[in-house]
Amino acid sequence: MTELPGAIFDAAAPRTRRAEALEGPGKSILRPAIVLLLLMTVLTGIIYPLVITGIAQVLFPAQAGGSVITRGGKPIGSRLIGQPFSSAGYFWSRPSASTPQPYNGLDSTGSNLGPLNPALIQAVKARIAALRAADPGNTAPIPVDLVTASASGLDPDISLAAAYYQAGRIARARHLSLATVRGLIAAHAHHPWLGLLGEPRVNVLELNLALDAVKPPAAVK
Amino acid sequence: MTAQSWGLLALFLALALLCVKPFGLYMANVMEGVPVWPVRVGGALERLIYRLCGVDPAVETGWKRYAVALLVFNVLGALLLYALQRLQFYLPLNPQHLPGPPPNSAFNTALSFVTNTNWQSYTPETTMSYLTQMAGLTVQNFLSAATGIVVAVALIRGLARHSAKTIGNFWVDLTRVTLYVLLPIAALIAVALVSQGVIQNFSPNRTVSLLQPVTYQQQKVNAAGNPVTNAAGKPVMQTVTTDEQTLPMGPVASQEAIKELGTNGGGFFNANSAHPYENPDALTNLIEVLAIILIPAALTYTFGHMVGDTRQGWAVLAAMIILFVPLYALCNHSEQLGNPRLTALGVNQTASSLQSGGNMEGKEVRFGIAGSTLFGTLATTTSTGAANSMYDSYMPLGGMVTLFDMMLGEVVFGGVGAGLYSMLIFAIVGVFIAGLMIGRTPEYLGKKIESFEMKMSSIAILVTPILVLVGTAVAVSVSAGQAGPLNPGAHGFSEILYAFTSAANNNGSAFAGISADTRFYNIALGLVIWIGRYWPIIAVLAIAGSLAAKKRVPVSVGTMPTYGPTFIALLIGTVLLVGVLNFIPALALGPIVEHLMLWSR
Repeated sequence: MTELPGAIFDAAAPRTRRAEALEGPGKSILRPAIVLLLLMTVLTGIIYPLVITGIAQVLFPAQAGGSVITRGGKPIGSRLIGQPFSSAGYFWSRPSASTPQPYNGLDSTGSNLGPLNPALIQAVKARIAALRAADPGNTAPIPVDLVTASASGLDPDISLAAAYYQAGRIARARHLSLATVRGLIAAHAHHPWLGLLGEPRVNVLELNLALDAVKPPAAVK
Repeated sequence: MTAQSWGLLALFLALALLCVKPFGLYMANVMEGVPVWPVRVGGALERLIYRLCGVDPAVETGWKRYAVALLVFNVLGALLLYALQRLQFYLPLNPQHLPGPPPNSAFNTALSFVTNTNWQSYTPETTMSYLTQMAGLTVQNFLSAATGIVVAVALIRGLARHSAKTIGNFWVDLTRVTLYVLLPIAALIAVALVSQGVIQNFSPNRTVSLLQPVTYQQQKVNAAGNPVTNAAGKPVMQTVTTDEQTLPMGPVASQEAIKELGTNGGGFFNANSAHPYENPDALTNLIEVLAIILIPAALTYTFGHMVGDTRQGWAVLAAMIILFVPLYALCNHSEQLGNPRLTALGVNQTASSLQSGGNMEGKEVRFGIAGSTLFGTLATTTSTGAANSMYDSYMPLGGMVTLFDMMLGEVVFGGVGAGLYSMLIFAIVGVFIAGLMIGRTPEYLGKKIESFEMKMSSIAILVTPILVLVGTAVAVSVSAGQAGPLNPGAHGFSEILYAFTSAANNNGSAFAGISADTRFYNIALGLVIWIGRYWPIIAVLAIAGSLAAKKRVPVSVGTMPTYGPTFIALLIGTVLLVGVLNFIPALALGPIVEHLMLWSR
């Protein structure tokens, strides 16, 4: 049995304090409450966000402004916010639960459908049918992220599996070789850092912009 | 579970444990007024605050006055936040000209943020102005966190002192925690988050082009801006094509940092930490989970240091970690297994070097299963209530873990301060049970645990289960409550149970399919949130006052040591016993039934 050393306890015991005589009526509680609330509002609610904004705008202006990508001087989207794609010549993003349109930047949301909900199963069936219809020869199992709605409705990524699954369709629609398309995916792939941090993924907008750079969209249709 | 899932857990726990001693010691020094360097730097500002408030920092108070000060301060905070929301249309920093939310919604939000709950029944992007977000919500992110921490510190003082009449000065404690603990660390985290892509600006929403135009259906609106319906009352739809996307903007990073650091959890955006502008990649995800665990874990060291025996703190932390790991493992395993109904459709859910696999409904690719379930388990065990994935779409057992995490009383790390003080209450109950078994007067840290302490502990521990179970029972019995759930069957029941569990335990996360922005849920959950926060706090402060006044019992051969494996097992057993006994019947009606339905046939 180890003794709890009393001397250490005594060090934590109260030093000389003026024990307040008031458990009853005494100095107002209202004044410190009101003044402290207002001071803290200014400090943590005004000064703190303004200082952080100042630092952010000086050190990381592009990130602080939303990581916007431009093409030909025109803002063409954000690296971080996904966009919907439906043509055969573009990589498709994940299904989005935002309304009224998919990837609505002002309605970030998941579907919140439970795993047993018939509406989920119906939705997945419809997505599978659409993918199969766009690529009839492809009978490979479909990567799960391509038929399930993301948490934010704005997921900018698909898994590498989902990208490679679509490579054949893209190559045909763009009249590119399969190797070219797969090479683009590999060039834009993100792998987990040390196998721990992150997931195998590719940014859909960046990948599609790279596709356009290889072969402009006008040549696709 | 994949090797990556174990590896991420190990990396996370290792980094968190590295911070426990230095940061715990720092917090102890701050609270004891030791002049470490940030205290010396901020000293002038601190003294100015006391002068303006008319507070003498050398004067301490007993527990009753401490509690009254805390309550008055929190009530005023709620009133200010309510007013700020309702008046936001007339105030600056509202570039989208958003009107004030309706009274029942503003009431719910005010109580929710002041209590560190951050339950959100509103859609932030289209409800709150920048001013409301920063000068209202961000402020309460700080102050509610500080409130939790000072209550824990008061309880620690009650255990550390003897024959004392006072437990501290609320104004001084609150000011010190905010100035020296929360503000500087939040600022560091905020800048780190911006560097990785979290936005921080005051611009109005930004419009960009879409690479491919999108065509969709939406309800027609007439000239007055009202939705049009046909004779049968059905909405009239029209087909719209747009080649533009609107990007939301705002001061996000500054709020995101304190949202995690203060275990608050209220998102700047509706999708919370799943939103790419709140949590853009795996690195920010790691920063955010570390921010969540930093203070709750380090406070155990603060506790050990202040009572003069750091083994006491490590024992509490060990109990928390031992409870946490299996919860994470079960949640992760359940999500990685995926949804058998999708496998049947020919969907590939197997983990490989090309995909995370698993149940990806309601999850983001960049977090996969490991990053989603680590965040999810941690956010629900720490009362953070943030989410980087949608718990409503978790598999039944994965979702049950998030629900059960909260039902344990938010003591597995728990909310800042709240986790430690609640865990110490369980420790008191634990030594009481052990004392009964061996027939000795129970003691904790040399303090006799007597009937007053046990009464107050019972109040603190039992009020939340009562609120959860009675609240859920009422909601499933009235039509206003039954109207809430999105999902049919057992899952719909889980949504209601989750809402009341989250509110009573001040977590704030949701099975978010539930439509909670109604008068019934806003008011019912608002009241549950309020009682679930302050009833236990008053009981804890009462225990602090009572313990501080007691003499210290000398250690004898009969004293049960409250560090070692026996005590850790006792503490874990007490937490599980209370949680399981209270909630297994309710869980059986929700996720357990759903699990059986999914895997039968």
